[in-house]
Amino acid sequence: MDALLTAFGLVFDPYVILVIACSAAFGLFVGAVPGLTATMATALLVPVTFFMEPVPAIAAIVTATAMAIFSGDIPGCLVRIPGTPASAAYTDESYAMTRRGMAEQALGAGLVFSAMGGIFGSIVLVLAAPSLAEMALKFSSFEYFWLVCLGLTCAVFISTGDPLKGLISLFIGLTVSLVGLDNPAGHPRLTFGSTELMGGISFIPAMIGMFAVSEVIRWAATPDAPAFKVQASIGNIFTGMGRMTREYKKPLLRGSIVGTLIGALPGAGADIAAWISYAMSKKFSKTPEKFGTGHPEGIVESGASNNAAVSGAWIPALVFGIPGDSITAIVIGVLYMKGMNPGPTVFMNNAPQLYAVFIVFFIANIMMIPFGWAAIKAAKQILRVPRSILMPIILLFCIVGAFAINNTVFGVGLMLAFGVLAYFMESNGIPVAPAILGIVLGAMLEDTFVSSMIKADGDLLGFFSRPISATLGVVTLLVWFAPLMIRTMRRWQTPAA
Amino acid sequence: MNRRSLLALAAGAAMVAFAGTASAAWPTRPITIIVPWGAGGGTDATARVIGSLLEKELGQPVNVVNRTGGSGVVGHTAIATAAPDGYTLGIMTVEINMMHWQGLTQLTHQSYTPVAIYNNDPAGVQVAADAPYKTIKDLLEAVKANPGKLKSSGTGQGGIWHLAIAGMLKGAGIEPNAAPWVPSQGAASGLQDMVAGGVQIVPCSIPEARAMLDAGKVRSLAIMDGKRNPAYPDVPTLKEATGIDWSMAAWRAVVGPKGLPKEVTDRLLPALKKAHESKEFRDFMAKQGFGLLWAEGAEAEAFLKKSNADLGAVMKAVGLAKSS
Repeated sequence: MDALLTAFGLVFDPYVILVIACSAAFGLFVGAVPGLTATMATALLVPVTFFMEPVPAIAAIVTATAMAIFSGDIPGCLVRIPGTPASAAYTDESYAMTRRGMAEQALGAGLVFSAMGGIFGSIVLVLAAPSLAEMALKFSSFEYFWLVCLGLTCAVFISTGDPLKGLISLFIGLTVSLVGLDNPAGHPRLTFGSTELMGGISFIPAMIGMFAVSEVIRWAATPDAPAFKVQASIGNIFTGMGRMTREYKKPLLRGSIVGTLIGALPGAGADIAAWISYAMSKKFSKTPEKFGTGHPEGIVESGASNNAAVSGAWIPALVFGIPGDSITAIVIGVLYMKGMNPGPTVFMNNAPQLYAVFIVFFIANIMMIPFGWAAIKAAKQILRVPRSILMPIILLFCIVGAFAINNTVFGVGLMLAFGVLAYFMESNGIPVAPAILGIVLGAMLEDTFVSSMIKADGDLLGFFSRPISATLGVVTLLVWFAPLMIRTMRRWQTPAA
Repeated sequence: MNRRSLLALAAGAAMVAFAGTASAAWPTRPITIIVPWGAGGGTDATARVIGSLLEKELGQPVNVVNRTGGSGVVGHTAIATAAPDGYTLGIMTVEINMMHWQGLTQLTHQSYTPVAIYNNDPAGVQVAADAPYKTIKDLLEAVKANPGKLKSSGTGQGGIWHLAIAGMLKGAGIEPNAAPWVPSQGAASGLQDMVAGGVQIVPCSIPEARAMLDAGKVRSLAIMDGKRNPAYPDVPTLKEATGIDWSMAAWRAVVGPKGLPKEVTDRLLPALKKAHESKEFRDFMAKQGFGLLWAEGAEAEAFLKKSNADLGAVMKAVGLAKSS
């Protein structure tokens, strides 16, 4: 109890509060700029934290990342450029809401449910970190392989319309992920002798190109299309949130749980959590046909999920020093530097500081509401800008974002190429979201498969030799083949009848 | 003031300004440090500390940028091909002496101007805490008895730790491939896989394994270095425990493109040395568990040359080298 009181004293210090407020603004900005991710926000904060006490140093990172993951929703919703990869899963949905004049509801849902997901993840972190971390450590490449397979299955659920076209899109994404040197054999593949291509196709320029540039091209092709509907009054973005919370309490809870668990798994972070949650939301929804047309249900679930994952990723990081995602990979270094060495002992040796960090998690997620509200108010104005002015500005931001990720012009070229590709895909009814999922998961699919095969000396039964892996494998195969089996059985029954 | 005197004044001012740029010592504008590895890794962390300390010394902003991908090829290429004006520097890592043997790039350490090598982390030999091997000898015997049964992991195929274990096995008179390598994204995922029961040996450096060592999840059996790690004095060196004279370490160096002017290195080297000796840097390295090293000039050249030859020899022995 003393430790807890000390912790409150550590957090409610004017300096710490100031640090939290500044990092909140910083995180919001970084997250909203396409191409700058929550991971980059953390990396940029590290040199600053050298000169801070442990609690403000960690508080700065916790706050900035939570804000960045939320604010990535803003440009995704307003102009179809996901600010961070974690927003990509529901960018199309929220942009559809914007086109229907519901930008405020979309952003409000993103904000409120991001905060709720974040708080849920923080509660789990506080209550169950050691036992969950033990569980997460039981996952080896066999289990991850099945998880990735389940993740790829989402492609079929998230594509609106024809599942076949969703699969085509998915395979385009998987093919893109083959490029480069970062494969298990360490052999350059599809690089055509280019050093830049050896690094593979960076995900962020591809994502910006496929969402935003294709939209710019589409506008250029049909400049007379109706403009956005903008609500005349800047209404209260929180209107209807109470109703939504009641209506979508199951998706909210499911998103928060799935997000926390996926975040806690080393090697899968907020991006993958958002995709899986969005797909689950559609799968279990009573009204799946509304998905993709501007329906908030999926945003509630996946918005909560990606913020829960940010908290969840701290579970293995704090308990075993194993990063849950790329953000906590940086955090572990900072923890060491500040003498809060990760490991089970951190709960004893550094209890006051650790409790202080937990308190910051809650503060950050609660502060997200007013800060996010201000950011939405400011950002919403861009919908009033005439599109002939807005579109070139969007293109400019895309170029900056694609350049920023690796500081190379090559990224800009990639982005433009993917923009053209996505334009042709969409004009032929092929959705782009599954392709992006394929790029995200492609490398992981290959890595986990090859690693598992080496470990099992090439025996495919290895995928069923461990209890968790076998369970996941059976679930995956059921998801794939159950519809087929049901159909076959019906066909057999029909002639009999 | 009439127009003529104004013109004269302007010309004079321009000349002063010109003379200023000509004689002003490097650096007069921000410096970029290219890191060939991702944000959050060890190379990135050390580069950012060095960047912020150099900024203080040189009085110009120092930006650290990550040029990742291609197992380091992309970033190393970017450093080598930058203009040698002192405004683009980079962190070169041990992989530069490995990639060209694999035929991945033409670049070697001779494609750069080394400023100083600042860090060196020897490989360790880690097994899971519940593994039956109590000493490195037990482990080597187990590998020898059942070649191919125990799997090892901790970095990509042909990465530094892969070579470390191959060299160790070779030194013990065992087939270098007797503990097959499972490629992983890095030491952390390799260790996690080992604790999950996926692999049995992770020959990564002690700082990388520290949290798991402290948590009692893994055990370090030996360190492939001439001396013990002061933070873990109970872990013997490979030579002490087995008599095998094999050491392997990952190092990091501040470099510029080839042909970095002397004016730049004359200013940069003392600044870097001061940063290296600063309390901030020492504290950071000690807390992170990174090993310190300082080698400049001819010493650095000799170090790089030896590293290159050693790595080439073991890569040929393991069958990873392509070029002769």
